[in-house]
Amino acid sequence: MLKNYFKIAIAVLRRRKFFTFISLFGISFTLTILMVLTAFIDKVGNSKYPDKNRDRSLYIVQLEERGEKNGYTSRGPSSYYFLNKYAGSLKTPVKVGISSMFNFSSAYVNDKKIAINFKYTNADYWDIAEYDFLEGKPFSKVQVDQAAKVAVISEDTRTAYFGANQHALGKYVEVDNIRYKVVGVVKNVPITMFTFYGDMYLPYTLSKEDYRSKALGGSYTAVLMAASASDVPKMAAEYATAVSKIKVESKDYDKLYSFADPYFTGFVRIVLGRGSDSGITTFYLGLFIFVVLFLMLPAINLVNVNITRIMERSSEIGVRKAFGASSKTLVYQFVVENIILTLLGGVIGIGFSLLAIAFVNASNVIPNLELTLNYLVLLYSLVVCLFFGLLSGVYPAWRMSRLNVVTALKAR
Amino acid sequence: MISLQNIEKVYRTDTIQTLALNRINLEVEKGEFLSIMGPSGCGKSTLLNIIGLLDLPSKGSINIDAQPTGNLSDKQLARLRNQKLGFIFQSYHLINDLQVLDNVELPLLYRDTTAKERRQLATAALEKVGLSNRVKHFPSQLSGGQRQRVAIARAIVGKPEIILADEPTGNLDSAMGNEIMDILLQLNREDGTTIVMVTHDPNMAEKTHRLVRLFDGSQVQ
Repeated sequence: MLKNYFKIAIAVLRRRKFFTFISLFGISFTLTILMVLTAFIDKVGNSKYPDKNRDRSLYIVQLEERGEKNGYTSRGPSSYYFLNKYAGSLKTPVKVGISSMFNFSSAYVNDKKIAINFKYTNADYWDIAEYDFLEGKPFSKVQVDQAAKVAVISEDTRTAYFGANQHALGKYVEVDNIRYKVVGVVKNVPITMFTFYGDMYLPYTLSKEDYRSKALGGSYTAVLMAASASDVPKMAAEYATAVSKIKVESKDYDKLYSFADPYFTGFVRIVLGRGSDSGITTFYLGLFIFVVLFLMLPAINLVNVNITRIMERSSEIGVRKAFGASSKTLVYQFVVENIILTLLGGVIGIGFSLLAIAFVNASNVIPNLELTLNYLVLLYSLVVCLFFGLLSGVYPAWRMSRLNVVTALKAR
Repeated sequence: MISLQNIEKVYRTDTIQTLALNRINLEVEKGEFLSIMGPSGCGKSTLLNIIGLLDLPSKGSINIDAQPTGNLSDKQLARLRNQKLGFIFQSYHLINDLQVLDNVELPLLYRDTTAKERRQLATAALEKVGLSNRVKHFPSQLSGGQRQRVAIARAIVGKPEIILADEPTGNLDSAMGNEIMDILLQLNREDGTTIVMVTHDPNMAEKTHRLVRLFDGSQVQ
């Protein structure tokens, strides 16, 4: 029976080449976009340079203060004081790296303006983030404590400031009328790694913002590194306990929320986090809805194409019914045919995805970005494709199977 | 074998009501070859469709092999058609995407048969209509007469007791028409198949056991 269905499915696909093309194009194109998109997200979300200890790290990226009575909410990075006091005193982390969000500034070389995004860090930061040093090394704790005017710069900054293939170690960079001695040059970090990205890194003790100020909010984030990945839950719990003990002494706010999150959760919390909800559930739900809607487009297209396609075969429906096919059997037949079509589209989609990814990698549209196919997403997409193949087949098949035999036979 | 009591068929649109069949009573015996004649639009095909359980009467009842059919479900009707009835249409209604052998196998797909059994039965049916050398052809590669013979093979492959033929020679020239008629007569004579045939051609009708004439939906002979 299935062999027979398969035969007719292939025959029908070959007969109406244009319809087949439209259907297959819809399915495979959607799948391709989805695959390339997820490959991109995967790359951005899971990129490990210089954050190579991510599996044993937690990130404190946001502090939220709330005043339940007056409805005030303040959300943003924390102060150095806050992170140093509450994260710096934890027992589980072996290192606590604290760094500011990047600040914008400019340097001038031969009257040419160079935009520089600089970042303040503590010394531990350099033990957690494993930057590749092209020259020199990070600044030390002693230099931080002495507020030495030293800087680690990125490869791009070195090129922009000193020229291509020039050494920078021991030379000076002047930003905002302050001269910093270059102690290290690191390989570039993409801006998508916002916790680690910078054109220039400076000791936090040079920060204009008074790091001794006891305000809770500020411009710093922290990375806590445990001895091993198995210590991470303990570290999160210890931080949560420490935060729960904080007494909020403010006339506007009475509640405080701060969490040590895994990398991606932290990322999501910045955008969707509210109070104790990290927003990760909302994120995945939103993503799911987006993917479903996105996949629905070819499904709706398929429904239309299928109705026309099946309508053309009303004579066949009539004959099959006359010779003993029940409506249910016909629905089954058309659904099987549709699944064959959808799977074919899926296979072509995988082919297109591989080609598209190879093309993006070869063309170097985004420097240093090597995309790879995410096989789990591929699997899910195929399952969803199959599901929609089923759905888009059932409705037209059901409609057609209810055709009156005599009408169906006359339609030739 | 077939019993129709007071069959009426009314087609209704928003404005008019057309009586396509009016109080038809008909008994067809087992092994009988009956022809139905009448001018175009007199209700011949409607009657044949109702006998074939392809269409429902507005009033009246039909018994096939002593079994009342009025209260049968879609599935039960499909099963009854599959087991007891074989159809031959004027315009053949073969599935163009399938080869001759697959077309002939079609009724057996809806029975509990293996692929091997289907192949054997379909080959035998094609031999009976003299087309065993065309099994791998597609309908479009055959002449009108050959297509109708494939359609006959399809109608008899499941060994139904009744064959309903709606102007089976209507699209063929007289030589081919006679060939088809000979096959039907042979089926009736040798296998005892009951045949009800709608025709316009008095020469064909003459060869059958009994003739029923319709006029404006009523039986006049």
